[in-house]
Amino acid sequence: MSLLELKHVYKIYGDLHALDDVNLTIDEGEWVAIMGPSGSGKSTVMNIIGCMDKPTKGEVLLDGKDISKETSQGLTDIRRDKIGLIFQQFHLINYLTALENVMVAQYYHSMPDEAEAMEALERVGLADRAHHLPSQLSGGEQQRVCVARALINHPELILADEPTGNLDETNERIVLDLFRQLHAEGTTLIVVTHDAEVGASAERVITLEYGKVTSENGGTEFGKAARKDVI
Amino acid sequence: MFFRMIKGVLLRQKGKMAMIAFTIALGASLATAMLAVMFDVGDKVNQELKTYGANITVVAKEASVVDSLYEVDGASSIPTSYLKEADVANVKKIFWAFNIVDFAPLLQTSASINGTDAVLVGTWFGHHLSLDTGEELDAGIVSMRSWWSVEDGAWLDETKEGDVDRVMVGAALAQTLGVKAGDTVKLSCGKKSGEYEVAGVFSAGGDEDNQVFAPLSLVQGLSGEKGLITSIEVSALTTPDNELSRQAAKDPSKLTVAQYETWYCTAYVSSICYQLQEAIPDAVAKAVRQVAESEGAILDKTQLLMILITILALIGSALGISNLITASVMERSQEIGLLKAIGAHDRAISGLLLAELIIVAILGGAVGFGVGYGFAQVIGYTVFSSSINLSPMVIPLVVTLVILVTLAGSIPAIRTVLRLDPAEVLHGR
Repeated sequence: MSLLELKHVYKIYGDLHALDDVNLTIDEGEWVAIMGPSGSGKSTVMNIIGCMDKPTKGEVLLDGKDISKETSQGLTDIRRDKIGLIFQQFHLINYLTALENVMVAQYYHSMPDEAEAMEALERVGLADRAHHLPSQLSGGEQQRVCVARALINHPELILADEPTGNLDETNERIVLDLFRQLHAEGTTLIVVTHDAEVGASAERVITLEYGKVTSENGGTEFGKAARKDVI
Repeated sequence: MFFRMIKGVLLRQKGKMAMIAFTIALGASLATAMLAVMFDVGDKVNQELKTYGANITVVAKEASVVDSLYEVDGASSIPTSYLKEADVANVKKIFWAFNIVDFAPLLQTSASINGTDAVLVGTWFGHHLSLDTGEELDAGIVSMRSWWSVEDGAWLDETKEGDVDRVMVGAALAQTLGVKAGDTVKLSCGKKSGEYEVAGVFSAGGDEDNQVFAPLSLVQGLSGEKGLITSIEVSALTTPDNELSRQAAKDPSKLTVAQYETWYCTAYVSSICYQLQEAIPDAVAKAVRQVAESEGAILDKTQLLMILITILALIGSALGISNLITASVMERSQEIGLLKAIGAHDRAISGLLLAELIIVAILGGAVGFGVGYGFAQVIGYTVFSSSINLSPMVIPLVVTLVILVTLAGSIPAIRTVLRLDPAEVLHGR
């Protein structure tokens, strides 16, 4: 069953077609990597799927509901209820501890629950760093806090923008392992990346060039196998 | 979580918050100082103005009628109707007795001094009074005519036995007569005459320079008007006139009971005059309009100046706060973008920023209030040589102003927050 569908989506800035008739379907539980060179429209797709931007033309169906006509308030509610965001720059609040950074997402979603936030940190292996400020954490640890924050409200879709872009190999592996676990549990993952290894971990890779989908393959056997193991 | 976030900002971003608190403190201190001085400046300026003489004259009813009919200025003609010297002490028995700074009875009469006609004025110079209320005080013109300069000799001192028979001569008259301190002059008033030593020659810069001033008992003896006076000059601390006092001055009987009570229990010059008339039989008390109006005008202008300085200080503070908060919001744009991205509505973010600012404003305002109170005392001691009493009105006013200025100063920042696009600050398009 498809969770997300983009139908003839355009994003036009003046003469520039950042997205040009993009059509995509992403099923529930799929792990999709969106790849492409700089300026190919990856971030624009990411912003539209993440409800942070609206297409100039076309339909974006999330759970069967067209979100392209939503108001800014409506998009905020969809982001809060259905999407977990992971950023290349982590974007943790620097005056809050790791635990509090996770709880912020709970606070704006429903109600902060310290025990549940601690469980999310335990899951990403950071229980012992829960009371540290972001400045006291390494890049990998910060990205894991970011993953815990994205997971805390059990979103239907996790969107990750270059999640390993600022990480060394060791931390990249830790984050990818976390994604594999999430994928294995049936979480829908969309990862925008330049990194071939990250792309290769996905079930399906969509390549964008000049705002158009130029290729769509079935992903690696490894990605599919990882899911099958759990199911 | 809301309070954790606020606590996080306040404790972990001390530098930025301290800067905003400092700006608020600066505005609050100026507002406190100016408002404290403004509310107390009335009494202070009043006290200063009392050094420029009496602001109320009490004359006999008949004299007042003649003055009104012929529009004669009572000061330049010799009155022919009298009050009793025994009633003078009643001035200190009225409701506003504590506002009576000084007073002096005057007895004006025509006299001849060394053969030249002049006005002879009998008065108290520094008369000791023991009231039947048990109060002891000194009254007289010495402190009421502080601008007189004694060019030769010294002020008469009624407490010295020999000074009771001495006189003071105005500078112009002394020049005409060619007399100086220590000389003896011959005073004739009707059939009586006597020779008196000149204690001093004074320059008043007015009609008094052609007059002779002598102790009241001396003039009463010479003129044969024992126990009588022609007027009383009263120097009183008054509240500037307003609509109610002007209405009451015309006819107090037309006031409602509540208006009458308010007017009677406020130290308007008209209510003090009214009370003096109640205390002194057959007397009419009149405000010396020029003095009373000048006092009111000076007070109004001083208060207007204070209000303008306060407004300017607050505008400056609001601009400073606005710039600082906007800069702070711009620095925190990623954080705000993130909050929007994870589902925070504009209202929630604005509320968070405002709550932070209100707490900082309360802290800054409290510090500013303390510093401002100190400033007010510095102004009080520098300008008026006395402390400034803090009016209870100042506290709620400063609190309201600080909150309003903080809210006004944060409007541009809030608008910036509302315009922030999370996609722009988190990803770039």
